[in-house]
Amino acid sequence: METTKKKFNWRGLGVSLLVLYIVFLIGPIASLDVPAIAAAIKANPIQLIQFLIIGISNGAIIAIIALGYTMVYGIIELINFAHGDVYMIGVFTSLTVLSVTGTLDSKDPVRITLGLILALVVAVVVGAVLNASIERLAYRRLRNAPRLAPLISAIGMSFIIENLGLMWAAQAWLVPSFGTTGGASQKVFPDMLSVMFNSLGQDVNLLASSGLPLRFTIKDLLVIILAVSLMIGLYLFVQRTTLGKAMRATAQNRDAAKMLGIDIDRVITATFLIGGGLAGAAGLMAGLYNNTAWWFMGFRAGLQAFTAAVLGGIGNITGAMLGGFLIGLLASFSDGYLSTRWTNAWVFTVLVLILLFRPTGLLGEQTGQKA
Amino acid sequence: MTKRLFALLSVLVVASLALAACGSTPAATEAPANNEAPATQAPAATEPPAAAMGTLKIVSSLPMTGSSLTQTQTIVNAMQLRLEQANYAACGGKYTLEYEAWDDASAALGKWDPAVETENANKAAADPSIVAYLGTFNSGAAKLSIPILNQAGPLTMISPANTNPGLTKADKDLPGVTDSYYPTGVRNYSRVVAADDIQGKVAANFVKSLGATTVYILDDNELYGKGVADVFEATAKEIGLTVLGHESIDPKAADYKALMTKISTSNSGAAPDAIYVGMVVDNNASQLLKDKVAIMGDNETVKYVGPDGIQTQAFIDGAGADVAEGAYASVAGVPLDKLPPAGLQFVKDYEAKYGKLTEPYAVYGYETMNVALKAIEDVCAAGGDPTDRAAVNTAVFAIKNFDGALGTWSFDANGDTSLTDMTFYQVKGGAYTSVGTFK
Repeated sequence: METTKKKFNWRGLGVSLLVLYIVFLIGPIASLDVPAIAAAIKANPIQLIQFLIIGISNGAIIAIIALGYTMVYGIIELINFAHGDVYMIGVFTSLTVLSVTGTLDSKDPVRITLGLILALVVAVVVGAVLNASIERLAYRRLRNAPRLAPLISAIGMSFIIENLGLMWAAQAWLVPSFGTTGGASQKVFPDMLSVMFNSLGQDVNLLASSGLPLRFTIKDLLVIILAVSLMIGLYLFVQRTTLGKAMRATAQNRDAAKMLGIDIDRVITATFLIGGGLAGAAGLMAGLYNNTAWWFMGFRAGLQAFTAAVLGGIGNITGAMLGGFLIGLLASFSDGYLSTRWTNAWVFTVLVLILLFRPTGLLGEQTGQKA
Repeated sequence: MTKRLFALLSVLVVASLALAACGSTPAATEAPANNEAPATQAPAATEPPAAAMGTLKIVSSLPMTGSSLTQTQTIVNAMQLRLEQANYAACGGKYTLEYEAWDDASAALGKWDPAVETENANKAAADPSIVAYLGTFNSGAAKLSIPILNQAGPLTMISPANTNPGLTKADKDLPGVTDSYYPTGVRNYSRVVAADDIQGKVAANFVKSLGATTVYILDDNELYGKGVADVFEATAKEIGLTVLGHESIDPKAADYKALMTKISTSNSGAAPDAIYVGMVVDNNASQLLKDKVAIMGDNETVKYVGPDGIQTQAFIDGAGADVAEGAYASVAGVPLDKLPPAGLQFVKDYEAKYGKLTEPYAVYGYETMNVALKAIEDVCAAGGDPTDRAAVNTAVFAIKNFDGALGTWSFDANGDTSLTDMTFYQVKGGAYTSVGTFK
């Protein structure tokens, strides 16, 4: 523990310099042209709402992944780098289930609904078991090792799972739509939701009747509903159940929790199971929403979800959700009014600013002070 | 009970590890196979000439982890085919030829990796038995390896696929950049494919011929993608197309719906007539098209045109045949069925050994190996020593009126080919079909 000397506010100076640097140096390069943006909004105000819709839908997926990050970090203070890749496996699992059950070729709404429910269940189970296995194999023995050790094994697990995805995507005998171009290329995740409501498979725009040039498709609606209900369910679970209470106790003080008779290993395994299950569900959602399965998709999603978790306050479930939506909105507005190329720069700038100004995140850490 | 659970989990994890290990990356499983092939075949091939004087090694450096593998695997196959036809021997059996297919991509990036390409170039520079370096696939990678190989002999480098003009031709806006790739002042880099000063120009004229008057340009911000998009933009302005915008995308984003929404109103409230994308398939090209179609409709409503980087089946498979329907892509050269007799023979031999050929770059891979072997033979014929890298390099640049699989062509002093044909392909029913050849 270092004592803070309050002679000179070095941090304040550093932050001011950083903000100046971003605004005056990176800003113009990253097309942060305020008058032009204002003009664009004025010229087409309805488009602002469109970017809002896109941002919220993308944010919902990020938020679900962020929940898993935040729970795991809250309990064992480990950034589970493999988490994004568990989400990627969720995408491939649900696509495989849809293919094996013949749902991909079906146009019957009942059959598609059943297929999607089955895909959701299988993706959640596979994600949960995979995540818990990772913990058992790569993290448990290193629980009391220096922090760097589990971090490195987390990165290692991430690579292993990415390669698993790479291999999976090459199995055309399992999913014929993978084609013969090998595991490395992007694969199509068919737009099952649109097929369900429209035999032509076109996007169903719920705002078409309003006459405004806005798109709010059935996909956006479903992704948001699923995300919010998962979040409420998780919140109630952690707040109301005995296991949830045990999780919070373990997060606050592992040794004290152990002394009170809580089976730490069981609690941690449960946390990984839940986090992995959520990642699996997010995989199905992202597949249906973006219509892509790609072995590399977990990496970027994981980074953004991690940023969302830190933004909301790591260990804080509501915070992860809020952070996810904010990151989604930020990315959408940056794509729309600035430049896609710089979107990530802005996302990570927010991460840096949050860490500097408010290290506990927007809603604060709920897990108590860590030594 | 916990023990049983542990046992179950361990089995699962070990199983997944085992799968991951044997799956590995396609490159890791296939590239070694390629590496071994010559090693096991070479001794058999050299048995007739008893007095082999030495070994000449040729390596290729191509991205074999990532979506480009679909293209690069066919290039490697074609190179091996050419060597098999030569029985892995050169100069009347005096030399044994060895070939290794190196991967310049990494799993961490999912595409060509600057660190790996630099390492490959240094490795080649340090191995005196290597006399030709075939590659790279990506222009950005070539920029890194040319200077390294230039100072190693120079070791000659022949690319089947780099199209960035600046690699060989000085850009008047960037004086000295091209020369900086060749620190010794001697040219050691050549390519058998026409460069993007031709491709971008022909593409802009092609877009105009489709009836478009407004165009939005996107690129992946790589040397190749941005380069061809810049040439396209310059030509488009010259020939009277309205360029509504030109920006680089983030090649790893989850989606581009917001970007496409912005573009959909960029033509004073309406969508542009056409979108030109300068990129390679590894940089999320399929997702970009998917979101474009979701927001702006099919590729008839808003035309979608790209360069050779997306002329691969992987692009169509990634986007889905119905989404990709109608998209255009250009590739240097003529369609496979319009190749000269030597080229048609190559396609026949290739298909007999490896199955149906649809990728456009295999024949260029074959031609690079052709050029390397021709240069070695020429050195021998002139009484020179083919292990002398400088002599082989000089022989490559001396190639004139070469009767190869692509036709009869010559290298100019910069190492550029005299062939300037450009063919456009359109996705029809889930495959690229040629729609015309332009100059």
